[in-house]
Amino acid sequence: MSIELVDLHKGFGGDDILRGFSLTIPEGQTTSVIGGSGSGKSVMLKHIVGLLRPDVGDVWVDGENVARLDQESVYRVRRKVGYVFQFAALFDSMTIAENVGLGLKRMEGYTSAKIADRVRECLDRVNLSGFESRLPAELSGGQRKRAGLARAIATEPKYILYDEPTTGLDPVTTAVIDELIMRMADELGVTGVVVTHDMNSAFRVSDRVAMLYDGRVRFEGTPDEIRASEDPIVRGFIEGRPELMESVL
Amino acid sequence: MLLSLAPVQAVGRGALRSVAAVGRAGYMGMEAARALRKVGFWAPHLLGQMRRIGVESVPIALFIATFTGIVLALQASYTFTGAVPLYFVGTLVGKTMIMELGPVLTGLALSGRVGANIAAELGTMRVTEQIDALETLAYDPVAYLVVPRILAGAVMFPMVIILANAVGVLAGWGTALSLLDMSSPEFLRGLRLYFDPWDVQFSIIKSVTFGITVTAVGCFFGFHTRGGAYGVGKATTRTVVVSSMIILVLDAFWAAVLL
Repeated sequence: MSIELVDLHKGFGGDDILRGFSLTIPEGQTTSVIGGSGSGKSVMLKHIVGLLRPDVGDVWVDGENVARLDQESVYRVRRKVGYVFQFAALFDSMTIAENVGLGLKRMEGYTSAKIADRVRECLDRVNLSGFESRLPAELSGGQRKRAGLARAIATEPKYILYDEPTTGLDPVTTAVIDELIMRMADELGVTGVVVTHDMNSAFRVSDRVAMLYDGRVRFEGTPDEIRASEDPIVRGFIEGRPELMESVL
Repeated sequence: MLLSLAPVQAVGRGALRSVAAVGRAGYMGMEAARALRKVGFWAPHLLGQMRRIGVESVPIALFIATFTGIVLALQASYTFTGAVPLYFVGTLVGKTMIMELGPVLTGLALSGRVGANIAAELGTMRVTEQIDALETLAYDPVAYLVVPRILAGAVMFPMVIILANAVGVLAGWGTALSLLDMSSPEFLRGLRLYFDPWDVQFSIIKSVTFGITVTAVGCFFGFHTRGGAYGVGKATTRTVVVSSMIILVLDAFWAAVLL
């Protein structure tokens, strides 16, 4: 059982963003989806948790087609998935502890004491011990992303989706976030999907890389395979050479 | 030829957008009605919203009511001079305050204070993906964010408006005593003369619908905000404009239906 996106089509106001996107996410591995800004990476990610529904196509998560489920069943699927948002999306009226513990309140068997313990454990895992009573506005960008990650792992999800986890961060903080993504995979055994256009980060954290181009998967393989690709579109993107991409347009 | 069609196309696009918005509003209304049964989502937030929407609105509502009562008494006295017995000042202050100006002026003021606040808060949550985050944590955002606000509006608007009515009448009474050379028995005689308990019920019915309108419109525009700070500003403005318009239409509607 894993995540499988099949022939996904999605458009907004006449613009087709995804045009037959298909990808299988292998279980227990971290797959990065790379592509230019506005290419539809985040749109693809939102389909996995049912935040968006495809115009055409199927989204399978553990054998359930999220695209066809009713709302209550979608909530059931979401409990298996942690989502780390691009700008953390922390609830600014809540403390960090309340943010991290919010998902746990929806789970059975979690008393207040148990939630507090779990929150401490998750914050410790992302090196944010002692930040429980802070408000999101009091944290730096990197700390907010780590708090967002703590919130995503609190419910012990099987899958974690990372939406541009290193965008806007300095190189040192980027390395810290990359390290955390790798630790989540190694220590918790979660399957990760990372949407990014940071090539260094993608190569560092991924077992597999897929490139989204023109609404479809242009390339899929290991980091070594994508580095060795002869496709001028792929090479142009990973080497930051637009002239290579333009040569085939 | 193409140029001459541009205004028609613009009107058509505007009409389509309006129809789509009405459809979205209807859908959200249905979602909110369905979410009522998810008590565990909205009940913990109801008291907090009642405080924010109701209790915190009391000062502005009373400020408006006080000056409305004063002006009503002074203008009634000015209008009645020599033609109508002065005790009718009490009648006019009571009737007008309870049936019309109390509910409508308070409703309009709260469309700015409460409606704009809700639209800005939910709009910011939308553009910063906080509403999406709620959904990924398996929370129903309509049950969690919309239902407690609308229920709080339906409960607290009548309370605030009844208080405003009372303070407006008291302000008119005080004005009559201090500035119009009237006695309390005179003012109270006028106040009682055409008083009907139905007037208070009429005021409460209007207030409930105003409360639902202001909070629901704020939730709708906040929930459907797009485009960052500019979008939040637009949602806030639209909330105040649309809810004010609906309040005035409802005011006429209830007068036509219930009186």
